[in-house]
Amino acid sequence: MLIRRPPEPPAREITDEQLFWNRRRFLGALGQGVGTLALAAATPGIAACATDEKLVQGDDKLTPWEDVTGYNNFYEFGTGKGDPKANAGSLRTRPWTVAVEGEVAKPATYAIDDLVRPFPAVERIYRHRCVEGWSMVVPWMGFPLGDLVRRLEPTSKAKFVEFTTLHDPVQMPGQRSGVLDWPYVEALRLDEAMHPLTLVVTGVYGRPLPNQNGAPLRIVIPWKYGFKGGKSIVRIRFTERQPATTWNVAAPDEYGFYANVNPEVDHPRWSQARERRVGELFRRKTLPFNGYAAEVASLYAGMDLRVHY
Amino acid sequence: MPPAVKPAVFAAAIAPFGWLLYAAFFGDLGTDPVETIAQVTGTSALVCLAATLSITPLRRLTGWNWLIRLRRMVGLFAFFYALLHALDFFVFDHSLSVASILEDVIEHPWVLFGFTALLLLVPLAVTSTNGWVRRLGGRRWQRLHRLIYLIAPLATAHYFLAVKRDVTWPTVFALIFGVLLMARLAYRVPSRAPGRRPLPSAEAES
Repeated sequence: MLIRRPPEPPAREITDEQLFWNRRRFLGALGQGVGTLALAAATPGIAACATDEKLVQGDDKLTPWEDVTGYNNFYEFGTGKGDPKANAGSLRTRPWTVAVEGEVAKPATYAIDDLVRPFPAVERIYRHRCVEGWSMVVPWMGFPLGDLVRRLEPTSKAKFVEFTTLHDPVQMPGQRSGVLDWPYVEALRLDEAMHPLTLVVTGVYGRPLPNQNGAPLRIVIPWKYGFKGGKSIVRIRFTERQPATTWNVAAPDEYGFYANVNPEVDHPRWSQARERRVGELFRRKTLPFNGYAAEVASLYAGMDLRVHY
Repeated sequence: MPPAVKPAVFAAAIAPFGWLLYAAFFGDLGTDPVETIAQVTGTSALVCLAATLSITPLRRLTGWNWLIRLRRMVGLFAFFYALLHALDFFVFDHSLSVASILEDVIEHPWVLFGFTALLLLVPLAVTSTNGWVRRLGGRRWQRLHRLIYLIAPLATAHYFLAVKRDVTWPTVFALIFGVLLMARLAYRVPSRAPGRRPLPSAEAES
């Protein structure tokens, strides 16, 4: 496994006490009564979060819960940063099914709980860099996408994995506008999807993922710009050819298929050299591959990252 | 002019700044305060610019010649908000590094348009006093202040390029400025006909 474990910072520097107790309370609630059995099923792996796995660097402080869940780009609920939190209440995340299609041994439609229950949840603290030039540090809960992919048994033809977001303008009022071509589609090369840093995320801050963050199921690829991580996924398709992805189709010169965080390659309209960490006023330098170069740079050996931006 | 008008317009124009001060003091500027300041000051500058440009057409429509006495104040508010907008950008995005600012101006049309619009506003703000109107003479003053016809499209282009995808609001401002500039063409054409009655004006007017 490529994940290095830097020295563990004291817990008090990572999780503020309020959230710590909220999490305890939530875990406590899980243990109470028959009714919570359903809840436990609805929040796969949350109970297993005692086995935390962390990946943080020295001066990375967690972005507060209020910002992580109140400042979102999720155009399905509106283009304003506060729109997802305000509008995502209309999304129903149970029952939820995920169709697995394409170059895969057994194409099937899975109830979400059947899909994620086999995998113990881990907590991963990742930097999250938006293509707009801001960033956060988020304690995601989830499991490596690679574990799921292996279980789904893609065929030898499978070279890419495509993730499709729910398309339902009733539940997702932002889809009534034509600001993007719906449904939202994102994709990864299979080796990117198999990389141990790539996560299927079902929770954040030790709680089930709020709707505005992409409940019930999203992908997080910490070395890529945030838009690569599809949210509220209803379809996973394995393909031989590179899929067409939403932002790349919308503005091919601005958003590439790879979208690896790269301070050397500017967005055509603005610089990507620096970013504003939420909670700070001044900008800081953006790191190649968002600081995960040691883990992932080898995936792109020999590629011209200016061409494959 | 009805006595309450000028104080009311002043209060409306300074309200966004008052809100920013209040919100900054109480830590209420949101998750990205720098972005909040940019949006509030940028939008306010555009609104004041549109208000400035609407004085003459409104005057023509209504015959309320006292409207002209609001124009300098509203125009100066446009400059005030544009300056705050730029300072927010210079200080927090560029840490006041001249090299970094100039690089951004050269490399990104979004910054270039906004920067140019601000630079063009400077001579208009400076020459907004009665003394400067007299020194330049009405005609030259008026010609200089036609720079606003360039500033409005530059500011709008700046707004279009600054948003990622949702161009609803830039489009709204483009339409408003479009109407305000077209209005001038509309009343300029018949003015060539004989017997045109010029508007009485104490000050130069564009």
